[in-house]
Amino acid sequence: MRPNRALEIGTGLFVLLGFAALFFLTTQLPGSGLSLGSEAGYRVTAKFDNVGDLKTGSPVSMAGVTIGRVQSVGFDPDDFRAVVTLRIDPQFDRIPEDSDASIQTQGLLGGKYVGIGPGGSETYLKDGGQIEFTQSAIVLESLVNKFFANFAGRGSDGDSSKGQAEEPAKEDAK
Amino acid sequence: MSVAGAAADGLLVGALRRIGAVAVFFFRILAQCLPALGRPRVVVHQVYNAGARSLIIIMLCGLFVGMVLGLQGHDLLARFGSEDALGVAAALGLLKELGPVVGALLFAGRAGTALTSEIGLMKATDQLTAMEIMAVDPVRLVVAPRFIGGLVALPLLVAIFNVVGLFGAQLVGVQVMGVDAGAFWSQMQAAVELDDVAEGIIKSVVFGAACSLVAVYEGFHAAPTAEGVGLATTRTVVTSSVLTLLLDYMLTAAFL
Repeated sequence: MRPNRALEIGTGLFVLLGFAALFFLTTQLPGSGLSLGSEAGYRVTAKFDNVGDLKTGSPVSMAGVTIGRVQSVGFDPDDFRAVVTLRIDPQFDRIPEDSDASIQTQGLLGGKYVGIGPGGSETYLKDGGQIEFTQSAIVLESLVNKFFANFAGRGSDGDSSKGQAEEPAKEDAK
Repeated sequence: MSVAGAAADGLLVGALRRIGAVAVFFFRILAQCLPALGRPRVVVHQVYNAGARSLIIIMLCGLFVGMVLGLQGHDLLARFGSEDALGVAAALGLLKELGPVVGALLFAGRAGTALTSEIGLMKATDQLTAMEIMAVDPVRLVVAPRFIGGLVALPLLVAIFNVVGLFGAQLVGVQVMGVDAGAFWSQMQAAVELDDVAEGIIKSVVFGAACSLVAVYEGFHAAPTAEGVGLATTRTVVTSSVLTLLLDYMLTAAFL
């Protein structure tokens, strides 16, 4: 029964491959966990007031060059801030200790990334270190709210400066 | 119940009659599915014929569909400055639409035609009649195992198509167009829900049933001549393709 045996092995392989693909699609796509690229490098943490929708695997960049990845986004229950662990590639081992980290957006609709601005210190960040100076993600909604709150506040005062500011604008529109 | 008989009726009545005949045939197959599963070797043989033998074409097409998605998705998203969403776009496009639909169309062309011509040739050479004379139901011995084989094979083929397609999209998007790999996968993982995956799987099961049913029906009801088998094979491709796209619209409307 040799041809039959080969046929059964072929079918077995096909079914195995199919279920492996199904397993990949159902478990790996929804929810994170897929590890990407190298795990080499050193880890530093940074605390942010608000990380927006920063995700595991988002890039960490310095002067626009990707130097690492976000390894995890956690929450510190003691001071109610987000703890972001960054994995920096080993060749970028001379980042000044007093550098600052900020959460920025790629393009208008793009995802968030962590941008690092260099400080001036002579000592460098090491594995397990922490970036002290951080700037939170800019939440567009709160910016818009703030803008309208200011606008409404000025409008109710009815001061002359508003009228002056608006008139040239109207002329421009015409 | 033969197609030649249906052609004698008017267009509308003929179409109605054909739909009714397919439905009756479907229940005949369903009634014979359990007995057919009692002969697992026959079913395994059909899973091999419909599935394992379609693997190469499915993987090749999946790779190219994924790569095209990578290129087109990048071009589209770059206009809005959000190339990082490429992973999400490619994954949702593949999982929900392209995987099941293109997979089913390829399946109809690759496996469906083989089923139709095989059964049609059995009929033309009086093998099915011989079975009936020996009091063996050809639906149980020939048709039901092939139907089950197609039903099992297509969802697995579509899953493989999707995975290969995703890697094709990442190959072009990340390696060629320079989208960030971390953003590609992390945004995909964050945005794709289990519901999206389930939608694709349900679609592929329905398409598998539809394409297999059409293929075995056309073969079983083919005119027992060389020309009849050829015509039946053509009808299989046309009917399966139209049915797949029609069902796709209905299922998508039901899911959204």
